Amino acid sequence: MADDPRQTPSPEPSPPPGSSPGITRVPDAHTLIEDAVTFAGAGGTTIDPSVAARAVAPALEMRGITKRFPGVIANDSIDIEVHPGEIHALLGENGAGKTTLMNILYGLIGPDEGEILLDGEPVTITGPADAIARGIGMVHQHFMLVPVFSVAENIVLGNETMGTGPLLDAKAAEERIHTLAEQFGFQIDPAAKVGDLSVGLQQRIEILKALYRGARVLILDEPTAVLTPQETREIFGVLRRLAAEGTSIVFISHKLYEVLEIADRITVIRRGRVVGQADPKTATEEDLAEMMVGREVSLVVDKTPASPGDVVLDVTGLTVTDDRGTVVVNDCSFQVRAGEILGIAGVAGNGQDELVEALTGLRRTRAGRATLSGTEVNNRSARELSGRGLAYIPGDRQRYGLVLPYPVEDNLILTRYHQQPFSRFGVVDAGAISRNAAERIPEFDIRTPSGTVPASTLSGGNQQKIIVAREFSRPIVLLLADQPTRGLDVGSIEFIHKQIVAKRDAGAAVLLVSAELDEVLELADRIGIMYRGRLVATLDAAGAEKEKVGLIMATGDAGESGERARVQA
Amino acid sequence: MTSETGPGQGGMSLNPTSLLGTDRGLGRQFTSTVVAILLGLIVGALLIWLSSALSEDGFQLDLPLAAYLSLLQGSLGNERGWANTFNAATPLILTGLSVAFGFRAGLFNIGAQGQFFLGAFGAAILGTTVGIPFPLHVIWTLVGGFLFGAFWGFIPGLLKAWRGAHEVVVTIMLNSVAALSLNWLAGVVFRDPAATFPRTSDVEGSALLPILLEGTRMHAGILIAVGAALAVWFLLFKTTLGFEIRTVGANPSAARYAGIRPARITVLTMSLAGGLAGTAGAIEILGITKNYPAEYNTTYGFDGIAVALLGRAHPFGVVGAALLFAVLRAGSGAMQRETGIPVDIISIVQGAIILFVAAEMVIRRFLPGGRRATGGAAAAPSAA
Repeated sequence: MADDPRQTPSPEPSPPPGSSPGITRVPDAHTLIEDAVTFAGAGGTTIDPSVAARAVAPALEMRGITKRFPGVIANDSIDIEVHPGEIHALLGENGAGKTTLMNILYGLIGPDEGEILLDGEPVTITGPADAIARGIGMVHQHFMLVPVFSVAENIVLGNETMGTGPLLDAKAAEERIHTLAEQFGFQIDPAAKVGDLSVGLQQRIEILKALYRGARVLILDEPTAVLTPQETREIFGVLRRLAAEGTSIVFISHKLYEVLEIADRITVIRRGRVVGQADPKTATEEDLAEMMVGREVSLVVDKTPASPGDVVLDVTGLTVTDDRGTVVVNDCSFQVRAGEILGIAGVAGNGQDELVEALTGLRRTRAGRATLSGTEVNNRSARELSGRGLAYIPGDRQRYGLVLPYPVEDNLILTRYHQQPFSRFGVVDAGAISRNAAERIPEFDIRTPSGTVPASTLSGGNQQKIIVAREFSRPIVLLLADQPTRGLDVGSIEFIHKQIVAKRDAGAAVLLVSAELDEVLELADRIGIMYRGRLVATLDAAGAEKEKVGLIMATGDAGESGERARVQA
Repeated sequence: MTSETGPGQGGMSLNPTSLLGTDRGLGRQFTSTVVAILLGLIVGALLIWLSSALSEDGFQLDLPLAAYLSLLQGSLGNERGWANTFNAATPLILTGLSVAFGFRAGLFNIGAQGQFFLGAFGAAILGTTVGIPFPLHVIWTLVGGFLFGAFWGFIPGLLKAWRGAHEVVVTIMLNSVAALSLNWLAGVVFRDPAATFPRTSDVEGSALLPILLEGTRMHAGILIAVGAALAVWFLLFKTTLGFEIRTVGANPSAARYAGIRPARITVLTMSLAGGLAGTAGAIEILGITKNYPAEYNTTYGFDGIAVALLGRAHPFGVVGAALLFAVLRAGSGAMQRETGIPVDIISIVQGAIILFVAAEMVIRRFLPGGRRATGGAAAAPSAA
């Protein structure tokens, strides 16, 4: 553990909030799981940048930034300053105005009021090219890379080092990239093809791209949303190294523990306003959550012990292949009873996606059977399963759960448009659809100007609430929730967890699939662990230790302590 | 709230639905379409003005106005003009609907041309049947034309649903197959021996569309075309089937999730689209040509693509776009007679309009509140 980031002298994360009862910190589990991971980039800096930096002018200062969109003030006189070598976290719920602020800084939109200062000098940023020229670099959540190009080609794209005439000086570019990578402790082969690299490495290329263009202020928009916990730790090391070398970093996130771990300073934004600053050394997750949401937020799931009833979903020997014909779900057997939540834990990509698709009629099964309330349901259509009382919250909400250009009200009936009262004899009833939306929007607290705006204009949390509202507002016997809170802020997570528990208490069987171990531990009554397509263990959640579950997730070895999966079959 | 216009979902490289925008942004689409039309007319006017330099009188500033006025006079100034305009609009509406209907389901029906030929040929054959009384014969022949066209749309639909063959490639090939094989059928197998050039026999009088305006050739086809537009609108926006079609077009994955079978919708949509284009062909036979010439020289099917684009794939927009094109065409002869401006200028104006519609990003800059940025990715290239 000599390379553990928390033992480096650079910005110390807050004291582990283990002191606050009930809060579990994900990094602890990851530390355990990825025990063997060597940690790159945590260099031996000795100065505390946040202290040293205050003496000089801020690298970046935004004063009184105001931006109005029709019907909404996205930014309301926001002040923020970032010192050289400082990691400044911008924390806020989805739709709080973080992205708008950064788009103003990057010159994508102009502010209505306020000014931007770089190194104490007021500047007007006319566009991304101008921002780059002034040393501002942006790393978007969705990477802007060309997969078939090499690392070097991607980095120089748009800023090609010219040799003689119109020819690229590839060698000079590669050398410069090599120097940069070495300076900041990146381990990247400039000749590798980007499409072959992991998501974590691709993100580092984005960062390198910004540095290559001379970025002194680096903006990272939710950089960890697409990363595994291990990659997150690695990128944190990179960021610390960059800060130590003097780069100012704006870190946008809504993940509390991450912000506490990485930031030197935290600014919290709510509904377009700065509601406060926090010092990560003293602040707790509860403090930040309350500032973010504006009320006290329960970070633990409030639920009573389950009272399981009859078996609702009975899966026996289910085997499923992926698109290439590889067996990805291998002989899985489990049961879910009415009134209980079975959580499937596992590192992403261990067959959970295909298991869910097979159970929801989106993928054919190769062997085995699944019964819903006694009726065989594998290889039935999604329509039939829905009719039998299956509610499904898909993992990829924008791909499967919503039709983004459709208005909110149409998305609220996406799986029920063919039923009364929304249609009769094949003719849709627009009035009934509007009335349904008028009821569901307040009931599920969907924040939208109206039911007729496209779902694409809503924040991720509110988009997910549309799906929850649609799937929960009808009688269901089985709820299949796949990553129900991925990418959501604490307020939305709390809301959706409450809704799931309420469905359980109302007698529905719930199958929860999540890559977030904490979510499974807190929400589930029983835990099944998937490893390489097999359900290697099922445990009672009450006595489950996080370390033990994490270990099984990582190794697939249930050992003597875990019950064998097939015990119940 | 800023309304996002048609974000391309998923990673499709060629997704016609990205042309549609949201149904809620209709006002904005209307405005930008009108701007495109005006810009197209300005391009035409500039060319007319420049070409006047070649005449003996030198530059004539008022020549574009005179040309456009005589064009309007020719197409809307008298009964004959009206008749020509509506007769020209009829097939354009139907082939435009055919292409627009495909767009809605995410399908690029380039095959309206071949489907038009099939429908025309079917009607030309069925129309020669002797002994069926008047209204019945017309209906029977039109239904036949619809089915012939639908069959020609069904084939690419089935290949796409069954084997994933791209409809653009298949329909382009089927256009050639239709044109060449019908050429042979009409010129050899079904040739009217009495005719001086290779063509099928004239259809029976009982199969001809009634004339709406005495003393002109204006036939009842326009009523069928407008009725079809209403029917397509109702189907797309008021029925569950239309909901399914639009959902498949907007997001096939979500459609599957919602219990819709995209393959079934693809086959159905292509068949109905083919039927619409086939009906256009049938009406053209029963209202204008009365027989199928072996060298059938028409581009109504391809023009449907332009009409659908200009009409933003909305049935009512298609009617408007078809009427506009029909006005330009019906009046072009008068314009040439009176001002000496060749009819070809109309093709340039039409082409320019489509270019401006396609270049909507450019047009948006002329509109108040044009979006500079709603999200980084889309805005970045234009801002650079």
